[in-house]
Amino acid sequence: MITFQKYVKAETLEEAYTLNQVKNNKILGGMLWLRLGTPTYNTVIDISGLGLESIEENDEQFKIGAMVTLRDLEKNTSLNKYTNNAIKDALKDIIGTQFRNLATIGGSIWGRFGFSDVLTVFLALDSYVELYKGGIVSLADFVNMKYDNDILMNVIVKKKLCKCVYDSVRIQRTDFPVLTCAASLIDGKYKITVGARPGKACLFGDDKNILSNGITNESASLFAKELESLVVTSSNNRGSAEYRSRLVNVLVERNLIKLGGLM
Amino acid sequence: MDITLTLNGKKITDQIDPDLTLFDFLRNHNCYSVKCGCETSNCGLCTVFFDDTPILSCSMLAARANGHTITTLEGLQDEASEFVGFIADQGADQCGFCNPGFVMNTIALLRENPDPSDDEIRQFLSGNLCRCSGYDGQLRGIRAFLDSRNSK
Amino acid sequence: MEHKKYNSINKSVRKKDAMQLLLGKPVYTKDLVPENALVVKLLRSPHANAIVNSIDTKVAKLVPNVVDIYTWEDVPNNRFTNAGQTYPEASPYDRLIIDRHVRFVGDVVAIVAAENEKAAIKALKLIKVDYEVLEPVLDFRTAKDNKILVHPEDNWLAPCEVGGTNKRNLVASEQSEYGDVEGVLADCDIVLDRTYHTKAFNQAMMETFRTYTSYDRYGRLHVISSTQIVFHVRRILSHALGIPKNMIRVEKPRIGGGFGAKQTAVSEVYPAFVTMKTGRPAMIVFTREESQIAGSPRHEMEVRVKLGANKDGKIRVLDLYTLSNSGAYGEHGPTTVGLSGHKSIPMYTGSLEAHRFNFDVVYTNTMAAGAYRGYGATQGIFALETTVNELAETLDMDPTVIREMNMLKEGMVMPAYYNEIASACALDKCLAHCKEMFDWDNKYPVRDMGNGKVRCAGIGMAMQGSCISNLDVGSATVKLNDDGTYNLMIGAADMGTGCDTILAQMVAECMDCSVDDVTVFGADTDASPYDSGSYASSTTYITGKAVEKACTDLKKSMCSIAAGLMDCSEDEVVFEKGILKRINTDQAVTIAEVGVKSQLNNSIITQASASHSSPVSPPPYMVGMVEIELDKLTGEVTILDFMSVVDCGIPINPALARIQAEGGIVQGIGHTLFENVTFDATGRMVESSLMQYRLPTRLDMGNLKVEFEHSFEPTGPFGAKSIGEIVINTPAPAIAHAIYRATGVWHRELPITPEQIAMGK
Repeated sequence: MITFQKYVKAETLEEAYTLNQVKNNKILGGMLWLRLGTPTYNTVIDISGLGLESIEENDEQFKIGAMVTLRDLEKNTSLNKYTNNAIKDALKDIIGTQFRNLATIGGSIWGRFGFSDVLTVFLALDSYVELYKGGIVSLADFVNMKYDNDILMNVIVKKKLCKCVYDSVRIQRTDFPVLTCAASLIDGKYKITVGARPGKACLFGDDKNILSNGITNESASLFAKELESLVVTSSNNRGSAEYRSRLVNVLVERNLIKLGGLM
Repeated sequence: MDITLTLNGKKITDQIDPDLTLFDFLRNHNCYSVKCGCETSNCGLCTVFFDDTPILSCSMLAARANGHTITTLEGLQDEASEFVGFIADQGADQCGFCNPGFVMNTIALLRENPDPSDDEIRQFLSGNLCRCSGYDGQLRGIRAFLDSRNSK
Repeated sequence: MEHKKYNSINKSVRKKDAMQLLLGKPVYTKDLVPENALVVKLLRSPHANAIVNSIDTKVAKLVPNVVDIYTWEDVPNNRFTNAGQTYPEASPYDRLIIDRHVRFVGDVVAIVAAENEKAAIKALKLIKVDYEVLEPVLDFRTAKDNKILVHPEDNWLAPCEVGGTNKRNLVASEQSEYGDVEGVLADCDIVLDRTYHTKAFNQAMMETFRTYTSYDRYGRLHVISSTQIVFHVRRILSHALGIPKNMIRVEKPRIGGGFGAKQTAVSEVYPAFVTMKTGRPAMIVFTREESQIAGSPRHEMEVRVKLGANKDGKIRVLDLYTLSNSGAYGEHGPTTVGLSGHKSIPMYTGSLEAHRFNFDVVYTNTMAAGAYRGYGATQGIFALETTVNELAETLDMDPTVIREMNMLKEGMVMPAYYNEIASACALDKCLAHCKEMFDWDNKYPVRDMGNGKVRCAGIGMAMQGSCISNLDVGSATVKLNDDGTYNLMIGAADMGTGCDTILAQMVAECMDCSVDDVTVFGADTDASPYDSGSYASSTTYITGKAVEKACTDLKKSMCSIAAGLMDCSEDEVVFEKGILKRINTDQAVTIAEVGVKSQLNNSIITQASASHSSPVSPPPYMVGMVEIELDKLTGEVTILDFMSVVDCGIPINPALARIQAEGGIVQGIGHTLFENVTFDATGRMVESSLMQYRLPTRLDMGNLKVEFEHSFEPTGPFGAKSIGEIVINTPAPAIAHAIYRATGVWHRELPITPEQIAMGK
């Protein structure tokens, strides 16, 4: 049960930011993660009502407010068309509809959780986060930044020539994933992400030009083997490092084959 | 702190602790249909509508409901009565403890998608756990309701 | 089979409480608690084995709104069992309300009573406990005769002789043999010797354990609890609290699921103790975590099967040894284990020449086990059915054919089942029916679907009982009202299964009235006739028979009153089509007229009670077949179809019987594929929430199809047997079989996770 002394619905981002600099205060996202355990805070800061609830689209990008829910993302036709439904595929098995109506993209991305389907799929896109003080930072950099007291305002996905696929393995359909994997081809460049290793998602490109002549069964297999050796996995109660490494191979290969339209 | 919200059609104002969950607020306001089956946002028993969106009331602060409209099964008796008899005909109500959350989310589904396929029903309701029925009777009940409605 | 045409029996009647439940009415324990009730919370041990050296509650008691805190020093020193069983219980008296010696992570250290939940939780954090931490026994394979004793105390007591002793960590132990097991084994062409392991699966009913207590208007302890066993709870509380039974009243409202969990008095004693101490109403609601770590789950078992057969597939001998983990306390330990042999071996009565069944039940420093649907049969059947499947695969025989050769058939005497006769057994018909419905011949072969995926099938067979023979007592009271309707009073507990409705159907059938004309009341120790409670699959079979008897008696009284009204002798009155007629005349009176007369210048009681007990426990039977798609690269299993055919005698309410089957199958799928119970090195359970203990959702179960083969059980009401438990038994062996078909690996431990499949572990 979460306990705190004070709830403040911020009127401005500056107010939220200022409050967030105080020790033991906390920004509220969907509250799903925050409520677990028995955390105690002084003040929780609600940033709903600051205009961060919408998905704005123009010719260059999607700008997704931090308080946009996972279900909003799932239902957004344009975003899913752009990603060949990879976003929907990544989100559909997260607990249930009501959960996804609460969980926010801001909370998911800010948390940089190891198990995150959300992080895995957005990392495979040309994504950025817009931080209140930190400005626009690529998601790939943000993933490795230290947790601080800034506020994530938006997630930005740049529109490019994009194709994207997603897959995960779960012991039970709506459980945390044992491994997640997304693959994309954006303006001719491959991005492959692997998450739930169980560490947080990591991003790989085709640095060795294995896929430079296109995706074939052979190149996909070779690339999958390459990633199996590169991706650091470890064990927890959902799977051993050894099994996860095998899944890296399987999911990377399958995703590449799907991405290459070889299925 | 004070909050004002519309609960099942009635405007109410109440003084609450800032960390009170919407679930506890609703039970305090005699909405006993709202049940708790876990503490980890996994079971769907506490489903209510926040404005018109089905959410988990255990995972929402009452404070956040300020200025919004909350609806529980107490407020949707007529809409529920249209189809729950079909669930009863299957015997799929069973212990009943998951029923309010399941019925609420089914209402949300049918409002959003009036003629869902079986797979769409399963997908939309996947966050509503039921340990008794094995789910199939619930599905048959919804299907029977839709068939009956479509044949009218 | 053909059977009599009934009006209300074998009809899919809506459950009487259905609309109340579906519309969310306040009918459960927590919905009935007044605002002024104290909130009871328990401080639980973080250690698996420890002695409380000292406990300091001073600071915690200062928290505003904390009323009192109780520790081991405050409770009686009477050891008791929480097991809801007929007295004298088979389970050992090994509990105190709070023991200074805590025996698992989650054992109770202190009881906090507060005006509200916040204060109670705050107090929990402020209680200071100094523990002497002891080394625990966590692996049940090492428990027997371990130098660490889970129950070293001198006042440990076994009310029944079941072969246990606390000085050896032994809850129970038994050996039994029929025929020359070693001799037949030596003579067999093939002997399979295999060991299986199943976990302490949690019932995870949606409503956790909860109880509300207060003093009633006579100063008696009034207990409203989510329980399957009101009468046993009364006895257990009397024993634990040291107060007379007649000073306790226990009733149950609607129950949010039980599956056996609530056949143990898990939560009752704590608020009862608080009410006794404070005189105030008190309520405890277990969190999901408490329900997971300190409930009363399935017994973890290791079952070793030795199966001897001939090359032609004839199964000649079975030798089972079961090691059962009762955890820190012995609830249901001595009894569950028996079913692992007694409800598995008899399925092969057709060909068996000899069998042996030995078991040990041990204490460990893990949570106490209890009763869970299937009650040991589930574990034994997984082991035996998997071994039979392996025999078939080894001999390259169709596993349905090998079963046809060896199975129990109607009329056979079952030496492995107390020499009972299979008086109603359609197991062979279930198999034939299921085989055809499932299209076994086409689905059994392994089919390559490309991309590493294969489809294939598996089978499992099951039996259970319909009561505890020579032990269970069911009772019913049927009362006529002046409007011609009836009240049915029972002590059995409808926990969602629909027994209130099913028993009302029986009244309606007997009294030739509508089910709507029967009002059901249950269960309340003050007002209900005695019933052992709803467990052991017994309510339909045992209490149902009591209903039948009571109706017969009531009809006699009604005929007497009708005779008076028609001025004739009782022999001339017949009960026909809902009215009372005088034979060979046009004279008749309505039921309502008899009802009215019963209240006017009348000395004949229009209420009848009856009890019933049975010398036999006729098994229901079931065949389950599963088709899966298995991803050989990731190890993921997708259930495509689970089809089954059940022989529960005559189903009283086919819709409810079907839901029982479907619900049980889905629980079985969960246990087989992903529900898991593991402990870290200190004995703390990993799967302590529904976030970690994964229940099947509607995306995990595939398509279900359940059909019935009717047999007619002569000792049951309207030919009925049971259905509540058997339905959980076939998924594990069937799915394990299908996984073998896909991978060539037999998995002998549950759950079988994608990792184990992919890695061939």
